[in-house]
Amino acid sequence: MAAAPESAESTKGLIGWIDQRFPLTALWRSQVAEYYAPKNFNLWYYFGSLAMLVLVNQLVTGIFLTMNYKPSSAEAFASVEYIMRDVNWGWLIRYLHSTGASAFFIVVYLHMFRSLLYGSHRKPRELVWIFGCLLFLALMAEGFLGYVLPWGNMSYWGAQVIVSLFGSLPVIGGGLVDWIRGDYVISDPTLNRFFALHVAALPLALVFLMIAHLMALHEVGSNNPDGIDIKKHKDAQGRPLDGIPFHPYYTVKDLMGVMFFLLLFSAVIFFAPAFGGLFLEAPNFEPANPLQTPPHIAPVWYFTPFYAMLRAVPSFAGTQVWGVLVMGASVLILFFVPWLDRSPVLSIRYRGPIYKFMLGIFVVAFVTLGVCGLRPPAGIYPMLAKICTVLYFAFFLLMPWYSRFDKVKPVPERVT
Amino acid sequence: MINRALLFTIALLPVLALTAVPVAAQEGEKALLHAGTDIRDVKSLQRGARYFMNYCSGCHSLTYLRYNRMAADLQLSDKDLADLMLTSDNAFDGINSSMPPVAAQWFGKQPPDLSLTARNRGVDYIYSFLKGFYVDATRMWGVNNLYLPNAAMPAVLADRQGLQKPVFKNESDANGGAHMVLVGVEPMSPGTMSPQEYDVLVRDIANFLDYAGEPIKAKRQSLGVFVMLYLLVGFVLTYLLKKEYWKDVH
Repeated sequence: MAAAPESAESTKGLIGWIDQRFPLTALWRSQVAEYYAPKNFNLWYYFGSLAMLVLVNQLVTGIFLTMNYKPSSAEAFASVEYIMRDVNWGWLIRYLHSTGASAFFIVVYLHMFRSLLYGSHRKPRELVWIFGCLLFLALMAEGFLGYVLPWGNMSYWGAQVIVSLFGSLPVIGGGLVDWIRGDYVISDPTLNRFFALHVAALPLALVFLMIAHLMALHEVGSNNPDGIDIKKHKDAQGRPLDGIPFHPYYTVKDLMGVMFFLLLFSAVIFFAPAFGGLFLEAPNFEPANPLQTPPHIAPVWYFTPFYAMLRAVPSFAGTQVWGVLVMGASVLILFFVPWLDRSPVLSIRYRGPIYKFMLGIFVVAFVTLGVCGLRPPAGIYPMLAKICTVLYFAFFLLMPWYSRFDKVKPVPERVT
Repeated sequence: MINRALLFTIALLPVLALTAVPVAAQEGEKALLHAGTDIRDVKSLQRGARYFMNYCSGCHSLTYLRYNRMAADLQLSDKDLADLMLTSDNAFDGINSSMPPVAAQWFGKQPPDLSLTARNRGVDYIYSFLKGFYVDATRMWGVNNLYLPNAAMPAVLADRQGLQKPVFKNESDANGGAHMVLVGVEPMSPGTMSPQEYDVLVRDIANFLDYAGEPIKAKRQSLGVFVMLYLLVGFVLTYLLKKEYWKDVH
């Protein structure tokens, strides 16, 4: 944190009055106006600010949705249609929220991929990465809980499938599932508690984790596409030579990114809000019906890579728990990436061919898993999912070896 | 950098091709006909509303669509609306059906609410379904449906369309046994409407149900054009602003 500004000279009037009581100007300077970010951010560096924008969108539209949504199994479905038809601009608020959920995952996946490209998780940014992984976990929970709330038939059966996964855990499984549902089936009490978690607990967790993510980032400074430390070369005032103040340079640049993002976002909201059944699934336009299973239960697209891994693992020794463990491991393994990666360089620009190849394989495997998870497990998909599950884990588990022995190029002193 | 991005994209192409493969049709499921509806065609929606109230609302409700909302969106006069209000006296009410709960015993199931059928099954499905009835003496109402095997619904529009008979094809299965496979339908006896007139009738109903599934749809799309233009201007302005600020960064 920067020292408090010389408040008597630098700020007067209302701001001066506040600065004597609250470090407003000091915070503004240390976190924004005099936070020096590398000057060579590229396209991949838009997704952090976009994730923050989408989070705010979800919070604001979510608040307005709760004003008319009824968290009861008897009324939930009809209340969503009430929002879509009778609430002024309710349709827009709902589409902003439902499209925002998918947009959140798109920008977060790209944001995480950026880290794998440029080594943003590496020392000294391990905690930035870990807070990010916790954010991703919270986001997955938030997405799942929110998907249940409209109480359509896919909401119901999706909840049924996901909650019953916990039942495969040995010993505690059965009791744990009853505890989560608050009943012996997915029902009104389940919907009530999912609503509470979705609108209070997880948004709080997301906001606090985001603050921690940013505080950790601003403590150590941002990485850049060259993966080099800009603080090694400073001018006489102690400012990094390759750094520029976040404000105004990156505020105006991110504003431009926001406008471009909103263009795409609006295209979906106004012209394809269901996005071909990917963002709003067709079976969810039918009320929850415990007696009628949809012909094919698939989670929303952003969970399908993990769902495909769950299905790819066969049952063994009389239990399905292995698939559940593999799916859990596929997310938890992300936390260890800063220590799995042993390359002497951070950025893909100076890494050797093996890492580039493995990263390419990883992307192909992840997208293929996503496709497999959307499809019924028939034809080539089960085999494809098995192969890609192995490739997904190979990327992480072999990383300590291939990242260390890979040839690297010399890293420049200054950003390029 | 550009080459690498290109390589990634090329590597992803086969994966994206996978998404284009449609989910294999389930046993007995037929490819749907293309409805070709237009949600902005108010005349078609007005006709569709009238057909729906006359032919469908006896059994099917549109619970989430209010009469007065429909009148406003479809530019119906008070008299037009009064003619259509067959199931309620109150324009604020949703369009309920005249079916008592005992109907479940008559049909084997309660005739479903159709408010969201266009969003759930799609417009093409509604269009195909209404053209898919064929004579089947084994069924309770003497008809079956090409697109919903063993449908519980009678062929309500049979006097307009005329009757259709099934077309079977002999196919041999993996074990060499012969099978009769239903492949389509063909006209058996003429109805009071020509096939072209009937197509329009069915298209209007499908269009109306598309409207009923999301009454804001047409307005949403027209509003979207202005939102996009506004954001495009915003993007150009912020691009110029960024360029101006970044002039001194080297």
